[in-house]
Amino acid sequence: MIKVEGLYKSFGKLEVLKDINAEINEGEVVVVIGPSGSGKSTFLRCLNLLEEPTSGKIVIGKDEVTSKKFNPQKLRSEVGMVFQHFHLFPHMTVLGNVTYAPLKVKGTTKAEADKLGKELLAKVGLSDKANEFPNRLSGGQKQRVAIARALAMEPNVMLFDEPTSALDPEMVKEVLDVMKSLAKTGMTMMIVTHEMGFAREVADRVIFMDEGMLVEQADPIEFFKAPSTERAQDFLQKVL
Amino acid sequence: MNFEQIIPSMPYILQGIWVTLQIVLIAGLLGFAIGILLSFFKIGRVPFLRWFADGYTSIFRGTPLVLQLMIIYYASPQLFGVQIDAYTAAILSFALNSAAYISEIIRAGIQAVDKGQREAAMALGVPYNKMMKDVILPQGMKNILPALMNEFITLTKESAIVTVIGVTDIMRRAYIVGSDKFSFLEPLLFAGLIYYLMVLVLTFAGKWVEGRMRRSD
Ligand SMILES: Nc1ncnc2c1ncn2[C@@H]1O[C@H](COP(=O)(O)OP(=O)(O)OP(=O)(O)O)[C@@H](O)[C@H]1O
Ligand SMILES: [Mg+2]
Repeated sequence: MIKVEGLYKSFGKLEVLKDINAEINEGEVVVVIGPSGSGKSTFLRCLNLLEEPTSGKIVIGKDEVTSKKFNPQKLRSEVGMVFQHFHLFPHMTVLGNVTYAPLKVKGTTKAEADKLGKELLAKVGLSDKANEFPNRLSGGQKQRVAIARALAMEPNVMLFDEPTSALDPEMVKEVLDVMKSLAKTGMTMMIVTHEMGFAREVADRVIFMDEGMLVEQADPIEFFKAPSTERAQDFLQKVL
Repeated sequence: MNFEQIIPSMPYILQGIWVTLQIVLIAGLLGFAIGILLSFFKIGRVPFLRWFADGYTSIFRGTPLVLQLMIIYYASPQLFGVQIDAYTAAILSFALNSAAYISEIIRAGIQAVDKGQREAAMALGVPYNKMMKDVILPQGMKNILPALMNEFITLTKESAIVTVIGVTDIMRRAYIVGSDKFSFLEPLLFAGLIYYLMVLVLTFAGKWVEGRMRRSD
C-alpha cells in the first residue's frame, strides 16, 4: 500500500529524516513513536507531500508520488490527514466542514454530500452538532469532526499526527474510540501518538524513530515488553 | 464670525458632498479590486509579479498623493496622449494610490490566517484557488475590516486635495464661496463640519459591520 525507500528530508542545513525505509500494508495500523524532534511529523507530512522530500521514493498504491510528474492534489484527496490542533474551518458549520472537500474537490452534488456528511457525523457520534459552528465544540468533538472531514474524501489511507495531544485527558478516550472503530473497518492507518496503551492495543506494528532515523520496527506486544534497541529501551523507560 | 452671510451658499457647498462621495466610492472600489490583485501577486509564487507589486506599493506609498494627482492630471497629454478631465484624474489617482495601501492591508490579513487552515485545506486536496476563495479570504477579511475602514476614512478626508486640480468638491466650493464673500473662515469651517460628519457616519457604519461579523462567529 505504502512503500518508502531511502527517504531524506532537510530543512536548510538541518537533516530531519535520514534514509527512512518502510512498508505499510493495506489495512495495517502502524503507530509511530519517538522523542520530540525525532522527525515523526515530518515523516507523516512527507507521505501526503505537505513536505517535499529532499530525496528518496514514496509509492502509495500504484502511484509513485515523489515523481515530478505526479499531481499532489490527487494524492492528498486519497490520503486523509488529522492534525494535533484540528484546524477545522471556523467560518463553516460542522456539516459544512465535512462536506466542503467532497463538494469542491470531487464535485459531489449537495444532496449526496449532505447525506455522506450526516452518515459520517453519526459514525463519530456528532449527529446533533451538524449545524453548530466549531467554536461551540469541545476539543474532543472538534477532533472527531476533523476525522469525519478527512473520511468524507473516502481516502485509502489515514494519517494522524498526535490527534489527542491537544486534548484534555477526559476527552482522549472518545477520540481514540473513534480511531479504534475506524481501524476495525480495515482502514490503513498511520498514527503518531504518545498514547502507549492505545498503541499496544490497536497497532499491528510499532515504528520507533530517533534523530531522524527509523530505529526499530516491531510487533507492539514484543516492542513494549522488550524493545531490541537501546535507544528504544531508554525512550520507553522515560515515558512509561 | 458671521455665518448668516453664507447661508444662501450652503446648498451650493452641500452639493459638493456628492462629488466627494462619488470620487471616494468609485476610487475606493477600484482601489479595492486592484488591491486584491496586488496582494495576490505579493503572496503568490511568481517572482516577477511579486517584484512588481512590491515596487508599485513602495512608489505609491513613498511619494505625495498630491504629486501623483498632479502628474496624472497635468501630465496626462504626455502620459495618455489626451487631456483627461479633472474628475477622472481624481478618481484614477486615488484608486491607484489606495490600491497600494489596500494591497498591504489584505496581504497582512491573509498572512495572519492560521497556517494550519491552509494545510488542512491542502491535505484535503483542495486546489489553491478554491482554498484562497473559500478558506483563507473569508477569514482574512474579518481581520482586515477595521484597517480597510480606516483606509476608506482617510480617503474621504484626503479627497479634499482634488481641489488643487479644480474639481468642485466640498473643499473647492467652500473656497469659492469664501473668495466670493471675502470671508474664508465661515465657509471653511462649514466644510470642516461636513467632512467630520461624513467621517463619523463612516466610523459608525464600520463598527456596525464589524459587530455583525463578530456575531456570526
Ligand atoms: N518547517 C520546518 N522548518 C525548519 N525546521 C523544521 C520544520 N519542521 C520541522 N523542523 C525541525 O525538524 C525536526 C523534526 O521535527 P518534527 O516536527 O518532525 O518532529 P516530531 O518528531 O514530530 O516532534 P514532536 O514530538 O515534538 O512533534 C525538529 O528539529 C524541527 O525543529
Ligand atoms: Mg510532531
